[in-house]
Amino acid sequence: MTTYILIAVALLLITVYLSWTAGRLDRLHARIDTARAALDAQLLRRASIAQELATAGILDPAASMLLYQAAHAARQAEEEQREVAESELSQALRAVFAEKAQLEAVREAPGGADSATELGAAVRRVPMARRFHNDSVRAARALRRHRTVRLFRLAGHAPFPLAFEMDDGPPGLLVDRA
Amino acid sequence: MRIGIVCPYSWDVPGGVQFHIRDLAEHLIGLQHEVSVLVPSDEETPLPPYAVSAGRAVPVPYNGSVARLTFGFLSAARVRRWVHDGDFDVLHLHEPTTPSLSLLTCWAAQGPIVATFHTSNPRSRAMIAAYPILQPALEKISARIAVSEYARRTLVEHLGGDAVVIPNGVDVDFFADAVPKAEWQGGTIGFIGRIDEPRKGLPVLMKALPRILEAVPGTRLLIAGRGDEAEAVAGMPAEVRDQVEFLGMISDEDKARLLRSVDLYVAPNTGGESFGIILVEAMSSGAAVLASDLDAFAQVLDAGDAGQLFDTENPDALADAAVELLCDPARLAALRAKGSSHVRRFDWSTVGADILSVYETVTDGSATVAPDERTGLRARFGLARD
Repeated sequence: MTTYILIAVALLLITVYLSWTAGRLDRLHARIDTARAALDAQLLRRASIAQELATAGILDPAASMLLYQAAHAARQAEEEQREVAESELSQALRAVFAEKAQLEAVREAPGGADSATELGAAVRRVPMARRFHNDSVRAARALRRHRTVRLFRLAGHAPFPLAFEMDDGPPGLLVDRA
Repeated sequence: MRIGIVCPYSWDVPGGVQFHIRDLAEHLIGLQHEVSVLVPSDEETPLPPYAVSAGRAVPVPYNGSVARLTFGFLSAARVRRWVHDGDFDVLHLHEPTTPSLSLLTCWAAQGPIVATFHTSNPRSRAMIAAYPILQPALEKISARIAVSEYARRTLVEHLGGDAVVIPNGVDVDFFADAVPKAEWQGGTIGFIGRIDEPRKGLPVLMKALPRILEAVPGTRLLIAGRGDEAEAVAGMPAEVRDQVEFLGMISDEDKARLLRSVDLYVAPNTGGESFGIILVEAMSSGAAVLASDLDAFAQVLDAGDAGQLFDTENPDALADAAVELLCDPARLAALRAKGSSHVRRFDWSTVGADILSVYETVTDGSATVAPDERTGLRARFGLARD
């Protein structure tokens, strides 16, 4: 009799543990979704400000075209090309704002000071959002690699989470606080 | 924005984390945000209006020293009530890997949670043992902040994942606008810190002092901080002892005035620092800084660009560097100028904006903070009735 009770208790404990782990995994997936939404929002914000500046006629034509092309590509990119397109926008921004004169030109234009501040905030927040996203991806992957999770298929049909890898280095002048 | 900040350590014990939280809360309130700080404290301790007491902290030996920590069912219940009543947009926990209020809050809450890691302690045994319990709680943190690149590296090594680096803040103008005190000026070296805490490095400075006095006679050493003064100068020749002046514990205003008055500020710390706020304060006051080359210090001083570094725990290296600096007014002036411009990045206006960016990033499209409702047994088996 005691054996049966023990077996029943053990089964109950195992079930509770599995259910708890599934709940944990579910929460991690939700965290990835929110982090990804935040990252998307920041990337879009950056691309829009870049496009605004490119079409405002403040920068020289070559810089404007370069920036417009990169911002446009980043906004239109398919999911598979997204990382590459966003990296190229980072490179374009770095190239265009490598000289202090360009940044000064933007700041002096009417309403340009606000745009410069917004761009500065956007290029700082993209790496932040990306770090938070990849951190949540790492946590979910660590749990999903767990033997129990794989054996009991606790992750269900949720796709295996992928980190967002891109070059998010901001233009030095825009983040220099000294 | 409604922001809930959790302080793991008692308000009545002064410490870097507590000061950081106080300044952060006041900075955010100044920007019209609603801030509530949950903190362990005795009934008698006067708390600022924005702070809420979570009960008394119990002194227990933990990790080699006596820590005042909060745990138990009563505290957990208070945490849940605070989270529920606060209806916060974001929670900001500090030091969530110590067994304290921050960890309890991590357990009890869900929603956007930001955590700042202040110390860079090597991984403790307790943490390894508690890892399976700790991990599910730490997984809830949506954004991690490390106070220095050094703190971030230890965090990544021990817990995995990543963090953004946002330094501790200082009210630069408070220090820059302080009025120098004449009696503390003229060939003076400053030291601020606990006298009896060997990791603050006063013994190293004391060993270097005779050589400094030999090369630059008349130099005075001003020491501010509590501890046994007689023991600090024990065994020193009388003429050296005469050049040492103890100021005891000093107020924030006097600290600023002292830093503003001295020719050279020396930070001979031997370890245990993850940031080095005192260096930032010294640079804010326009003092030239000479510090040991700890990872954290080297980073704050821009790898020796904004202040001179010397070989840690080496009194001879300290003496050589100090003498060189004191005999070279041009170099001192250059360090002052460099430090004053470098320190702007540590001003609360910059640091606060970065912390707010983190809040905004994690709250974007996310629900507000709520108590984490434990799923009942019935629900686990799909038997719960709505």
